Amino acid sequence: MDRFAPILPEMILTVGAVVLMMAAAFSGRRGAGLVSWLAVALLIGATVALIGPPSHAGAIFDGLIAADLFASFGKAVMFPAAAVAIIAAHGWFERGPEHAAEYPVLILLSAVGMSVMVSSTSLVSLYVGLELQSLAAYVLASYRQRDERSAEAGLKYFVLGALASGILLYGISLLYGFTGTMNFTGLAAAFGRGAPTLGMLFGLVFLLAGLAFKISAVPFHMWTPDVYEGAPTPVTAFFASAPKVAAVLLATRVCMEALGPATDAWRQIVIFAALASIFLGAIAAFGQSNIKRLLAYSSINNVGFALIGLAAGTPQGASSVLFYMAVYVVMTLGAFLCVLWMRDADGEPVEDIASLSGLSQTRPAFAAAFAIFMFSLAGIPPLFGFWPKLLVFNAAVANGYVALAVAGILGTVIGAYYYLRIVKVMYMDAPDAPYARAREPMQGALIFLAAVAVSPLGYLLIGPLGGITDRAALSIF
Amino acid sequence: MTDLPWLSILIALPLAAGVLCLFVGANTARWIALLATLACLEIAIDLWVTFDPAGPRWQFVEKLPLAGGINWALGIDGIALLLIVLTAFLMPICIGASWRAIEKRVPEYMAYFLLMEALIFGSFAAQDLFLFYIFFEGGLIPMYLIIGVWGGAERIKASYKFFLYTLLGSVLMLIAMLYMARTAGTTSIPQLMAYDFAPEAQKWLWLAFFASFAVKMPMWPVHTWLPDAHVQAPTAGSVILAGVLLKLGGYGFIRFSLPMFPEGSAMFIPLVFALSGIAVVYTSLVALVQRDMKKLIAYSSVAHMAFVTFGLFAMNRQGIEGAMMVMLGHGLVSGALFLCVGVVYDRLHTREIDRYGGLSDNMPGYALLFMLFTMASVGLPGTSNFVGEFLSLVGTYAVSTWAAIVATTGIILGAAYMLWLYWRICFGTQRNADAAAMADLSVREWWLLAPIALGVLWMGIYPESFMRPMRNDVGLLVERLERAAPKGDSKLTLGEGAAHVEGEHHGGGH
Repeated sequence: MDRFAPILPEMILTVGAVVLMMAAAFSGRRGAGLVSWLAVALLIGATVALIGPPSHAGAIFDGLIAADLFASFGKAVMFPAAAVAIIAAHGWFERGPEHAAEYPVLILLSAVGMSVMVSSTSLVSLYVGLELQSLAAYVLASYRQRDERSAEAGLKYFVLGALASGILLYGISLLYGFTGTMNFTGLAAAFGRGAPTLGMLFGLVFLLAGLAFKISAVPFHMWTPDVYEGAPTPVTAFFASAPKVAAVLLATRVCMEALGPATDAWRQIVIFAALASIFLGAIAAFGQSNIKRLLAYSSINNVGFALIGLAAGTPQGASSVLFYMAVYVVMTLGAFLCVLWMRDADGEPVEDIASLSGLSQTRPAFAAAFAIFMFSLAGIPPLFGFWPKLLVFNAAVANGYVALAVAGILGTVIGAYYYLRIVKVMYMDAPDAPYARAREPMQGALIFLAAVAVSPLGYLLIGPLGGITDRAALSIF
Repeated sequence: MTDLPWLSILIALPLAAGVLCLFVGANTARWIALLATLACLEIAIDLWVTFDPAGPRWQFVEKLPLAGGINWALGIDGIALLLIVLTAFLMPICIGASWRAIEKRVPEYMAYFLLMEALIFGSFAAQDLFLFYIFFEGGLIPMYLIIGVWGGAERIKASYKFFLYTLLGSVLMLIAMLYMARTAGTTSIPQLMAYDFAPEAQKWLWLAFFASFAVKMPMWPVHTWLPDAHVQAPTAGSVILAGVLLKLGGYGFIRFSLPMFPEGSAMFIPLVFALSGIAVVYTSLVALVQRDMKKLIAYSSVAHMAFVTFGLFAMNRQGIEGAMMVMLGHGLVSGALFLCVGVVYDRLHTREIDRYGGLSDNMPGYALLFMLFTMASVGLPGTSNFVGEFLSLVGTYAVSTWAAIVATTGIILGAAYMLWLYWRICFGTQRNADAAAMADLSVREWWLLAPIALGVLWMGIYPESFMRPMRNDVGLLVERLERAAPKGDSKLTLGEGAAHVEGEHHGGGH
């Protein structure tokens, strides 16, 4: 059994997902609520199970995956995020003809895929994890069977995702062909042997292009706004949080662990993707009138900032990426939970930014929480969203990339505009027809918790969180 | 005073009161805000009284290491002390000015004001680089909401402009701060003030800080956010903006740019003088043609702030002390002038100068106080601004005759636009019946304006109370700047002096 102790969280999720799938199939709609809560319990259990061997067993299964602190940190962020995505769906699918019970199961499977992604130390496990996560995600995107937008989102996601997987696979095959190994340490050794050959460089570029698609970094971001807009809102909340963390962490591990010696080769790609994402994410969001599309661009923008930390290519940089993603997840989930609460008088969801007008007068607490998330996403102090931005810029400056930091920080000013616009609509415009009162105490509690975490009180977390991210980052060097 | 952490209390008190305001009704919120700001004033005065000008440079020091390399480090020297007192003094007046003028969403309004007060106190008291930045930038959020929610017709545009302009200026400073913390290995402001950065690096660091403070100050040509923000903000918002927030720019120069980058500052003196010179002349001329009272005073603020930059970058004692006095004096006078505009605006709901006239007939009390503040703004001896403007001009003259000539033009132009404004509003015939029917100052308005009037006179007649706490700190700053300070262009030669050598025995007592 000791062999399996390090993968206890994944075991819990996998076995649990299969059992719950059966339960869902036999109980039908009636059991949906119970299945959801059980899935949440499984995710919490898996998070607790991270303590112990899963955090420090090191390379296991002949170097296919690593059970290290870096992976555990990612899982500790992703599992709760996935649980929140399940809670977020409460009260959402009951209205439609969908079998809500399949939703938590798909999230669980996706969570397994994500945890393989962040632990993978081999190109094979990387690909398998990524595909498991993606396949579940394709289904989730088109979960509203009767909704054309949802179906379109699913199809678009699938076609483009398959293309990206192809590119990724091609990169993997090139790397394997030219280095003769799939293993990250082997790859690092091959890259360390001197200047990489042309074939290896091509492999590296294709591999990074495939990963860029998964983290929706410019120029591989085109699917994001459409999928985010079309997918059911709880699913969008999920897409913007956990899988994004998984993909960014995967990219970090690949860049540092497998391609570490070739840092100069990938750094320029990452820098380009970072700046392009920051500026495109900021500028393209200007004209959006749909809140989900706007948050999609916001997520592109935010990934750009995380990539600045990656571009530094140091443990400090990797630590800043981890910190950034942890805070980003809280802000994004908070913002999407707020979007979930945007329901008109009949309880039908609305996604129009204009419908938020005057929210501060009709629903002051809701508006305050939303405003906190917006200011925090914009990185305005004293909100906590400022701190991760400071860390990534610090990592860049520490490595002499002052120009990169300056360019990136100018992007925050452009980005601030559209976050401010949401605040303006809520606080400065005349009140519109009020929203229906949400009857989801659990979601309300989550919004409150997230708002407190990104408020100035969040600065108290810098100590513990910073210590963990530092140690987690060191585990991949 | 006992050993309580007074600076932390000063920050926490308005913050707590602000949060409390959100949960109560309009009237209770007004009283909570007033009492909290008065309590802060009381603390600030206590600090002023207890501050020992001959004691250590940094007093009321607190330090609590937080994680992530930043410290909750607070402490003030005389310069910060005076600005804190100014803030604490203006805040209750702002609350009073909003007592009747703000009718909608009062609890929120009061909460934002109190939040802003806390953040401003924090900026002046912070002794950690990043702590300062957090407070400094945090002030944008409440001000953005105050302008945007309670402002005039063009409030949305003005609030965006205010926010994005100042943010753009500040982010570059953040990168410079990261670089400094890394190079010097500390984030402590007092330590950084003694750290010598390489002259080449100083150049860039200085520019990055300049981008932030020049926008905040504001200096020409990045001043364009100010008239918009002022005109659109509610009266109290304008008071706090002109009275305190602009001073953050000058404070930044004193605290960061000058002591941390002496060589960098010296290198850019021509730039600062040129921009200040343009500001003085150009914005004064612009002020002359304004039809809107608030806009006129806003432009006059830009011109007055140019005296601050002139004085600071003269890098001598007179210049820096003068700059500080201009900041304090302008804080009182411009605040009072905005209140004076608010008084008539509350009655007639227009700021168009032409709609008024001959107010000295029906509003004698108002005309009296308005006259005092106008004269103070012009720089009449006996009022606060005279001391500051005179000193900063003396300081400037010691460095550059030309700069002093241009700066002095500003005083003449200042007299022109302010006196003309006063003439059009208070003197002449009563052209408009509704303006002629306005009632004189109410008791509440007397309570708002009279304390400022006393302050203005106090500062003009006995400036020593304000000079004493900062004398040592200015001395240390001048000492620090000595190696980079510019030589004067006046080419002064020592006179031969009288031949009565024995005369020295008599005059030796001074």
